[in-house]
Amino acid sequence: MTDATQSPAPGILDDIDPDLGERLSRREVLFASAKRFGPAATIPVLLAGCAAVKTVVTPLPQQVKDVLNFALTLEYLEDEYYRTALAQPNLIPAQWRPTFEQISAHETAHVAALVAALDVDAIAKPQFDFTAGGRFGDVFSNFNTFAALSQAFEDTGVRAYKGQAPNLMLDPNSLTTALQIHSVEARHAAQVRLVRGVLPWISGSSRTGLPAAAQAVYAGEGQTVQLGIDNARFVGAADASEAYDEPLSKQQVLDIAGLFLA
Amino acid sequence: MFRTTSRSTSSAPASASRRGFLRGSTLGVLGTATGVMLHDLTLTQAMAQTASGPTVSADGVVDLGGGDTGVLNYAYALEQLEAAYYTQVVDNPYSGMTRTERDILADLRDHEIAHRETFRVALGENRIPDLQVDFSAVDFSSRQSVLTTARTFEDLGVAAYNGGGAAIQSPDILVLAGKIVSVEARHAATIRTLLNPGSADFAGDDVVNLLGLDQALPPSEVLAAAAPFIATRVSANQLP
Repeated sequence: MTDATQSPAPGILDDIDPDLGERLSRREVLFASAKRFGPAATIPVLLAGCAAVKTVVTPLPQQVKDVLNFALTLEYLEDEYYRTALAQPNLIPAQWRPTFEQISAHETAHVAALVAALDVDAIAKPQFDFTAGGRFGDVFSNFNTFAALSQAFEDTGVRAYKGQAPNLMLDPNSLTTALQIHSVEARHAAQVRLVRGVLPWISGSSRTGLPAAAQAVYAGEGQTVQLGIDNARFVGAADASEAYDEPLSKQQVLDIAGLFLA
Repeated sequence: MFRTTSRSTSSAPASASRRGFLRGSTLGVLGTATGVMLHDLTLTQAMAQTASGPTVSADGVVDLGGGDTGVLNYAYALEQLEAAYYTQVVDNPYSGMTRTERDILADLRDHEIAHRETFRVALGENRIPDLQVDFSAVDFSSRQSVLTTARTFEDLGVAAYNGGGAAIQSPDILVLAGKIVSVEARHAATIRTLLNPGSADFAGDDVVNLLGLDQALPPSEVLAAAAPFIATRVSANQLP
């Protein structure tokens, strides 16, 4: 943490994406980004890039580190999933390549942002088995299977970040950054659902044709009562459930993600 | 199904559950702060604990109030705007609106009405008045005009909730905001795909930066962006 101009932790970042360590080591990129998105982007951008630019920051509370490493596990999973898929020559139809290239770029950036924020406390990338022990054996050869798992990962990611938000209140910068990732995951989720030809929002606890193993992703989504107020009296039960994405607990998320750990 | 036809947002009756909520939340801490306590509080915390409710000035400017009451009124203002907009869109379909588009826009209307009504009931007596909207810049017969405005509202909603989250004092209200913002993001992605199918616009580089982060804007910037669509003048002088 002494030199603001040297390349940062190149080993860590290069493991994720050969280009990314270089990209994030360049202060001008970070500051151009901050300028482009206005002053409000500066704090989270600098937070996410802090290790990359060797900014000295106050150590994060352990509770915040735990949440960020939990998020990092999910981002590692998503990042490897999309990079593997995009490398298959005949998996993703041409009309949907822009969709999945954009999603993949964001997941790679999320990994880098979390690794940068956690610095030496970042966990290593786990080994993944996206077939879940053979259950989804054609995940990288059948687009329908690939898109179905993509939806499950994105909807899970939305619910996972949401569930951890209260645990980040100790550190407002981390909370804001997590919220900024959370809404991007929700954009991804909606788009993947549109690609699959289903509603972009979660209605009731419907798993929209996903395999039964994915039902845990939608557990409790049919909730219509918020702050003790039943929204079904305003708009009916279906819209009342769609209008809110419900959180998942850390354990619920780990149970889902655990299917894909090698 | 709940429908509004007025351009102004409608009123809901008071309820017992609202009062229960107020007692059980951090809104209940209003008025408990003393000058002595300020030594150990951050400015934000102090503002939350000494926060006043919303006000309307002599010349008609509505201030949202401070603390979590102010944040809730901020969200309530934006949801009033969105609900009024989609109500008008669905009641005056643009030429060539497909069945799918109609269903999506009706869902958006109903989601925003649900959000608006929840904030209305949760805030109870601490809510701001119904806002008067101004959609004179929108050509409701034009698909492009309607969807482009919708995109502005949804992206702005996402940026507002993201930027406002860190100011929230109550975990329950933070979770509620989290439950809503991801649905606003789903709306934004959907509208963007209606405007440019198959593109990367659903999470375009105009709203998601190089670090994969969506926008987060403070109330002052959000209200300035929304001001052309709200006839009532709104200030957030007691919010960070």
